[in-house]
Amino acid sequence: MLKNVMGIIELGESDEFLKELTLHRSLAAVPFGGRYRLIDFTLSNMVNAGIRNVGIFVKHQYRSLMDHLGMGNEWDLDRQRDGLFILPPPKPLERDSTSEHDVDLLYPHLDYLERSREELVFVSGTSMLCNMDLTDVLDFHRAKEADITMLYSSNGDTRLASPGSTFLNVSEDGRVHDIEVGPLHPSTKNVSMKMFLMKKNLLMGMLDQAESRGDKHLVKDTFIKHLRDMRIYGYPFEGYVGRINSLESYFGCSMDLLRPEIWQELFFSSGSIYTKVKNEPPVRYNEGCTVRNSLIANGCVIEGHVENSVLFRGVKVHKGAAIKNSIIMQKGEINSNALLEYVILDKDSTVTNGKHLLGDRKYPLVIAKRTIL
Amino acid sequence: MVKKECVAMLLAGGQGSRLGVLTRHVAKPAVPFGGKYRIIDFTLSNCANSGIDTLGVLTQYQPMALNAYIGIGSPWDLDRRHGGVSVLPPFVRADGGEWYKGTANAVYQNIDFISAYNPEYVLVLSGDHIYKMDYAAMLEYHKERKAAATIAVIGVPWEEASRFGIMDLDEEGRIVEFAEKPDEPKSNLASMGVYIFNWSVLRQYLEADERDAESANDFGKNVIPRMLNAGEPLFGYRFEGYWKDVGTLESLWEANMDLLGDAPELDLNDRHWRVYSVNPTQPPQYIASEACVHNSLVNEGCMVYGEVQHSVLFPGVKVGRGSVIRDAVLMPNVEIGENVTIQHAIVGTSTTIDAGAVVGTPRREKKLTVIGELNAIGPKAVVSGIFDR
Repeated sequence: MLKNVMGIIELGESDEFLKELTLHRSLAAVPFGGRYRLIDFTLSNMVNAGIRNVGIFVKHQYRSLMDHLGMGNEWDLDRQRDGLFILPPPKPLERDSTSEHDVDLLYPHLDYLERSREELVFVSGTSMLCNMDLTDVLDFHRAKEADITMLYSSNGDTRLASPGSTFLNVSEDGRVHDIEVGPLHPSTKNVSMKMFLMKKNLLMGMLDQAESRGDKHLVKDTFIKHLRDMRIYGYPFEGYVGRINSLESYFGCSMDLLRPEIWQELFFSSGSIYTKVKNEPPVRYNEGCTVRNSLIANGCVIEGHVENSVLFRGVKVHKGAAIKNSIIMQKGEINSNALLEYVILDKDSTVTNGKHLLGDRKYPLVIAKRTIL
Repeated sequence: MVKKECVAMLLAGGQGSRLGVLTRHVAKPAVPFGGKYRIIDFTLSNCANSGIDTLGVLTQYQPMALNAYIGIGSPWDLDRRHGGVSVLPPFVRADGGEWYKGTANAVYQNIDFISAYNPEYVLVLSGDHIYKMDYAAMLEYHKERKAAATIAVIGVPWEEASRFGIMDLDEEGRIVEFAEKPDEPKSNLASMGVYIFNWSVLRQYLEADERDAESANDFGKNVIPRMLNAGEPLFGYRFEGYWKDVGTLESLWEANMDLLGDAPELDLNDRHWRVYSVNPTQPPQYIASEACVHNSLVNEGCMVYGEVQHSVLFPGVKVGRGSVIRDAVLMPNVEIGENVTIQHAIVGTSTTIDAGAVVGTPRREKKLTVIGELNAIGPKAVVSGIFDR
C-alpha cells in the first residue's frame, strides 16, 4: 500500500497531434478503449496501489475532464480527508505544441503540495497507458535508496520511440547516468514513461529552483543537472505500454486491445481500470448482424457488420452498414448501407444512409464530435 | 425529521423457493436478470424514475448479497441526506422481537420507520417483478379517486387468471371483489403487488390485522379483504405495458428471453427510463474473429470465441472456440470451455463448464436445464434438468 505516497497527474503534455479529438478536450480526456478516457489508466493504477490523495494539474480545455472525474467517486476518491483535487493554473496557459511546461503547472500550487501529509509523490502524465503495480516501484525506490525513480519501458516495443521521446541511459545497477530529451539519434532504447517517484520535499525544492531560474521543464532542466549528485534510478517496466503521441499511435493502441493478451493485461493484470459509469444496458446483437474481432461497449445495438473495430457505449449500427478497422465513439450512429474503413468517429456523430468514408491505417480519417455526415 | 409525502416499502424478504438452486445463497430480489441487472433493480429504478426518494427495503432471507448490493443506494440516487434507502431486517425489541411473519407484518414491525417521515401515503412494492412503471402517475390517480388504497392491476390471459389475485372493478375503477387465485375468475385483472395506501388508514388496518390471531398477516390474503369488507374505497389502477412475475425458473428464463428480438416489449435502451444497477468494473466485451453472435444480449467483460444464439450473457462470461450457446442465460463469470453445447438453460454465477460438455436439451423438448452457482461441469459431461452439487 502506498499510504505515504500522493499522486500528481500533470496534463502539460502537448496534444495537438490528435487534431479534432483534442479540439474541445485535453489529452487526458480523450476517449479510449470503448469506455475509458486516457486519464483512467494512470489514475486507476494510483488508487489500486492505495494512493488516496491525487492532484490533477490541468492546463486547458478541462470541462470534459471535470465532468468525467466528478467528485472522484468512481475511483473511491470522494474522501472526507484527501481525495481528488483538480488544480487549474491561476491564469490560462496558452496551448503550446512545442514544449511541455510542467513547472508552470506545478509551481503555482506549491501550497497544495505543502499541505499534503504524504512524504513521497508519484508524478505521471496521461499519454502512457499501462496496468502497473506501483507498490513494486516503491519497493524498488526504497531498495535503491533512490532520490528519484524514473520509470521506463523495457518491453522492446519499437513503436514507443519517436523523435519527441525521452530516453534513459541506465547502468546495470539501475542508476540513470544520462537522460536524452527528444534526441534525433537516441543512444538507448529505454523510453521514459513520463512517470517518476520522489520525495515531496525534493520536488518542491526543485520546483522552486526551476521557477526562480526561469526553467520550464522538470526533467530537461532540473533532473539532468542532478544526475551526478543525486541518486536517480530507472525502474524498468516490462509490461504492455501504449503510448499516445500521434493519431497513428492512438489508432494503433486502440487496435492493440483486439489482442486478447493485451486486453487481459491492460484491464486486469494488477487491478481494475475505473471510469465513469453510464448505466447502459448490455449490447444488443440483432438478427443478421456479423461482428468479428471487435471490442464492443455496453448500450450498443448492432444490426450490421462490424470487423476489427472498437465501438464505444451506445453506438447504433443499422442494417446493411459496415464498419471495418474503425473507432466509433459514444452514441455514434451508422445508418443503413454506410461503409466506414479506417475512421475515427468522435462522440455523438451520425453517418447517414449509404455514405462511404475511407481513411488509411497510417492516416485514419477523423470526424469531429457532433458531425452529421 | 423532514416530512415526506410518500414513503415506499419494498418487500424483499422472501426466499423465492420456487427458484430453487438459484436462491440457495441469495434472496430472490438479488437473483441476476437481463445480462446486467438483479431483479430488484427494476423496482428500485422505478422509484428513482418516479421521484420516490424514501424507501425501506424489508429483508429477511439470505440478506447478505442484497444488503451489499443496495449499499447506500447511490446507483439509484437513493443516497439522500433526508430519506434515501434503508435496509430493514427484523430486529429485537425490549419485549422480544420476531421474524417477519408475512408481508403485512413486515410493514407493521416497521411502523416507527414510516411514522418518522410522517407521510400521507405509503407505497408497498415487491422486489420480484420485472416492469417499468411510473408510481407518481399511480399516486395522482389515488389522490384523484380519494381512495383509501389503490392497487395496480394488469390484464392477464384468461386461462392464466386463476394463478393470480384477481380484482373485479366497477366502471369507476372501484374494486368490488377481490379473489386470491380463484377457480372461476370473474375478471382477468391481476394484482401486480403494487399498493398505495393512505398511511393513517393503513396503520389502523395493520394494527387490527396484528390483533387477529387467525390472520396470515398478508396484504393480499388478509389486509385487502378486510378493507374491502369494511367498505373502504379501494380502487384498481390499470397498468399497460410489460410486467412479469419471475417467481419460477421457467418464468425467469422466459422473462430473460422476452428481452431478445428486434423490438422487445421491455425496452432497456430507453434513455428516458433507465434501469439503474451496480455497474461491475469490466472492460468492453471482446468478440473474436471466429465468433458468431446473433439475437442476444452480451455484457461487458465477456470474451466470445464460439457461437451465441438467442441468449443472455452476464458480465465476465467466457465462451470457448467451437461452443454453441442457444436459448441460454449465462450468469456472471460463467466460463465455457471449447466445443461445449448449451441449450435451453440457465447457468448460475461462476460455474465452469469444461470442453465437450453437453448441457440442456433443445428448446422444443420443453425441459429447462438449470445449473446452480459455483458448479464445475467436467469435460464431456452430459447434464440436463436441475443440477447443483
